[in-house]
Order: sequence, then C-alpha cells, then structure tokens
Amino acid sequence: MLAKPNQAAIRGNGIVQKMGDLWILAVLLVMIAVFSIINPVFLTVDNWINTTTFMTDNLLLALAETIVILTAGIDLSVGANMGLSSIVCALILEYGMETGMSPALSIPLSIIGGLLTGSVVGLINGWVITKGRISPFIATLGMLGVCTGLTFIVSNGTSITNLPPEVGEIGNYVIGGVISFSVLITLIVTICIYLMLNQTRFGRHTYAIGSNMESAKRAGINVDKHLTKVYTLSGFLAALAGIIVTMRFVNGSPLTGSHTELNAIAAVVIGGTSLFGGRGTVGGTVIGSGIIAVLLTGLVLAHVQVYWQIVAIGAIIVLAVYMDQLRNKNK
Amino acid sequence: MKSNPVFEARGIVKHFGRIQALKGIDFSIYPGEVVGLLGDNGAGKSTLIKVFSGAIPFDEGEILLDGKPVKFSSPLDARNAGIETVYQDLALATDLDIESNLFLGREILKPGLLGKLGFLDKKAMYRQVEELFKKLNIRVQSLKSEVSELSGGQRQAVAVARAVSWGTKLVIMDEPTAALGVEQSAMVLDLIRQVRHKNIPVIFISHTLPFVFDICDRIVILRLGEVVANLATKDTNVNEVVQYITGSKKASENIVRLQQVQEH
Repeated sequence: MLAKPNQAAIRGNGIVQKMGDLWILAVLLVMIAVFSIINPVFLTVDNWINTTTFMTDNLLLALAETIVILTAGIDLSVGANMGLSSIVCALILEYGMETGMSPALSIPLSIIGGLLTGSVVGLINGWVITKGRISPFIATLGMLGVCTGLTFIVSNGTSITNLPPEVGEIGNYVIGGVISFSVLITLIVTICIYLMLNQTRFGRHTYAIGSNMESAKRAGINVDKHLTKVYTLSGFLAALAGIIVTMRFVNGSPLTGSHTELNAIAAVVIGGTSLFGGRGTVGGTVIGSGIIAVLLTGLVLAHVQVYWQIVAIGAIIVLAVYMDQLRNKNK
Repeated sequence: MKSNPVFEARGIVKHFGRIQALKGIDFSIYPGEVVGLLGDNGAGKSTLIKVFSGAIPFDEGEILLDGKPVKFSSPLDARNAGIETVYQDLALATDLDIESNLFLGREILKPGLLGKLGFLDKKAMYRQVEELFKKLNIRVQSLKSEVSELSGGQRQAVAVARAVSWGTKLVIMDEPTAALGVEQSAMVLDLIRQVRHKNIPVIFISHTLPFVFDICDRIVILRLGEVVANLATKDTNVNEVVQYITGSKKASENIVRLQQVQEH
C-alpha cells in the first residue's frame, strides 16, 4: 500500500524546517511589537518605507548568499563586489554628465556596466573555486580584498557626486506611497529566486550539490559548471544591490557595501539555511533579512548607541549557527 | 533457455602501478540472471565493479553489451548505456525528497516555454515514482518525505529503485545489505527478485553468504585478481564457496564445471 503524497510537505521544506521558519517569523513579529511599544514612530508608514527600503540591499545580498550557501559554499566578496559595481555604475553616470550624454542613454548604460562588473567578479570567483580548487572561503576572501582595493583605485578614494538628477528621481520613487523603487526591484528578484530554487532544475541541482556533492556528480550533474553559474549569479545580485544604492543616494561612495557581507550571511543563517548546504528557503532568508532590518532601525528609534547594532548582529550570527548545528544533530 | 549474454567482459586486465589487480577476467551475465560476485578483501571485486560501471579505465580486454563492444570513459557513459550501480554508501542526497533523488540529473521538464526555462514537471515525476514504488512494492509514508527521514532499509530501497528505473541492461549492487537489519535486508532481496522478473540481470556483491545462496542463480568467485570459480548455486554449498574464497580449493579442480556453466 502506498501512502498518498502529503500535499502539505513541500520539497526541501520538511517539518523541522517549517517549524524553524514559523519560529523565526514569531521572533520577527515580537521584535516589531517590542520596538513599537518602545517608540510608536516605529509603526508609522514613514518608518515602514524606511525599514523596507533599508532592508533591500541586505536582502539582495542575502539572496545571493542563500544560493551560494545552499551549495555548501560561501561568498565573502558580495559586499565588496556591491561596492565595486556601484562605483562603476556611478563612474559611467559621471562620464555621461561630463560628455553631455542624455540620461536616457547613460542610465541604462550605467546599469549594464554595473551588472556586468558584478557578474564578471562572480564568474572569476566561480573559476577560482572550481578550476583552481581553492576553497570558497579563501577564494572569496581574496576577492573581497581585490574588489575593495579596485573600488578605491578607480574612484581615487572619493565619492562620485556629479550624477544626473533623474537617477535620484527613479531611485527614490515611492509607488502608491508605500512601496519604494528599491523594494519593488527586490520583490521581483525575490520571487524569481524563489521560483528558481523551488520549481526549476537549476534549483534542484543547487540543493543536491549542497546536500551530497558526490551523489550529484554520480547523477551526472556538471558540478563545476553549476557552481560557476551560482557564483556568477551571486555577483550579479551583489551588483544589483550596488546599483540600487547608487540610484537611491545619487552618489557613488567607495565605502558602499563594505562589511555588509556579515549582515547578509547573518540574515541567511537566521533564516534557517544550513551552512552545511542542501537545506534552506528563500522565505527564511526574507524573514532573516527582516529581523536584521527591524533590529537596526528599531535600535536607532529606541535611542540605543549605534555601535551596539554591530555587537547585536555578531551575537545573533553565533546563536543562529548554534541552532543550525542542533538541528543537524537531530537529523 | 539458450540466450546471449546481455553483458560480457573478456580478458579484463587492470594494473595499479606494478600491481596487477585484475589478471584477465572473463565474466558474462544473461537476461534475468542474478550473479553473486564473491571474494576476500583485495580479491579485486571493487576494482572489477568500478571497471564495469565506467568509474576506472582498464588496460586490456573488452566489454560487450548486447554482443557489441562498448567503451566507457565515465560512470555517466555506463549509465547512459543502461548500466546502473547501487553504491555501498548509497549516494543519495538526504536533504532532498524521494522523487528528487530518483530523478536527479534526469529531471522531467514542463512542456513548452516553461520547460525551456528549466521548470520541472513535478506532477509527472511523482506519478512515475508512485507507479514504480507500487510495482516494486516499496512502502514509504509519503513520496515527498526527505530521504533523511527514512530508515536505512527504505533508503536502500530508494537507491535500488533508482537503479532499477534507469538500469535497462544491468544493475550492479555493491553490498546493498551491508548496513541493514534482517527484516530490511529481506526487503532488499525481495526487490532484487522483482528486478529479475523484469528480466534485468543483477550483479550482487555481498559478504553475507546466506543472502547470496538465497538470491543468486550463479556464484562467481574472485581470488587475487582471477576468477577461481563460476558455479551454479544449486550445484554448490557454503563450504565449497568458502574454500574457493580462502584459496584452500584451487581453480583447476573446477575447470570442467566452469565450462559447463558457461555453456548454460
């Protein structure tokens, strides 16, 4: 007798995983409640727009990190790559201003340039990891340094501020008074990544490689090619985050993205994605990213000295990894 | 019942440096036959299996599939030719569900544009798995269970089911009962009988002689890289098999019967 397939159990999303997602969703709601009590401003539409907008670059990096971590890898270069792509985007816009190019041309060019930069950085990560057999940790740590250095070299260490004003109009547009431009782009990307991981062969192979690389190889999956694609996609998403930030602040700062990889990894791990690979969901990452955003804006509104934010996030990462290990032991 | 062998190996020689691991192995298997491959550790069983499944190249000899010479440069080649191997360590992705494991690397995509974008036809795959499990009489709580939630026997069943569903020519099982209890082993042996009913030959490697005598039609014994015995199970006994494995009985005493078996 064959039992009827249980419709409720979705692949890659077992009972343990589900409980984990619900549990962190509860944490997020409690945090929102607590911060709202401490400072009622927290629950206003303005703060909603601020918090969600603020959340977007972290979420984009966290989605990149989710895909990479699902393969049991890590990408430490997402923040630095975001910075480099952002600067390249700003430099193209500035060049357009100086040569009198129409913003209708320079803006699309700058977006393409930024995305290309980030993707190439990711592609190189993928090559170094799969062809050079360098561990993802070391390969992307090296890339973090390379990107940070290049960012300062191409920008001469100063901010690029001579950008067309149209950039800011797009970047700060709030649709219907509640959803900012950044949030809209991030929302679309999140849905795409969700569909990719849950409904496509690419997603399934991503989980399989992280779960058991040997079995993926024996099943005929070209693991090296797949991992190269994963790191390239990670770079692409980092660039997207960089471009969104550039367009929002109408400014290319060489400090964009620095140290943001830690918050991105924190969001992923809080969201229940296992650092051992093969286990994790986009939903979890969205909630994890929400927790980081609420924590940061909430602490500011609660008038806690800003440096405590860094302490809080560091502690949360360790706690989340500890819980991941407990879950793995129960397996 | 006179038929041609589905799979045949002739004079397989394999060196590892100066060591000759396989010294000219002849081996053949017929439709619906279960052949036990026995031998002490170091006799060359694993090496031979790796050669058959395309995992390592061999130095001399040839492999014929349906009478035609074939050359495997990777396990994928062998799999595409219809030879499936169930490895000792199962090689399942435990975080994925049963259906994902069965179709790993051979997913069915949706028709049309969505399929071109890589979207999976999960319904079609679940339907096939459901049918397969019904046919093989494998019981699980839910086809959407993650493999990590299954018992050792169920995991083995999934691995065997995967091999059976793709292995159209030959299924090789490397110690499929090694990590299992009595009841779960019985389940795996049952599965092998099902495979035999589908007329697919099985090479069964095991150290558990009662299982070998229970399931195998024929027993091939390797010793120091050579075939020392090729016996019909009904014509031999545990004692004789052990003597061949340990080397206290030599190949020469067996030549006549070996030829008889080859004649079938």
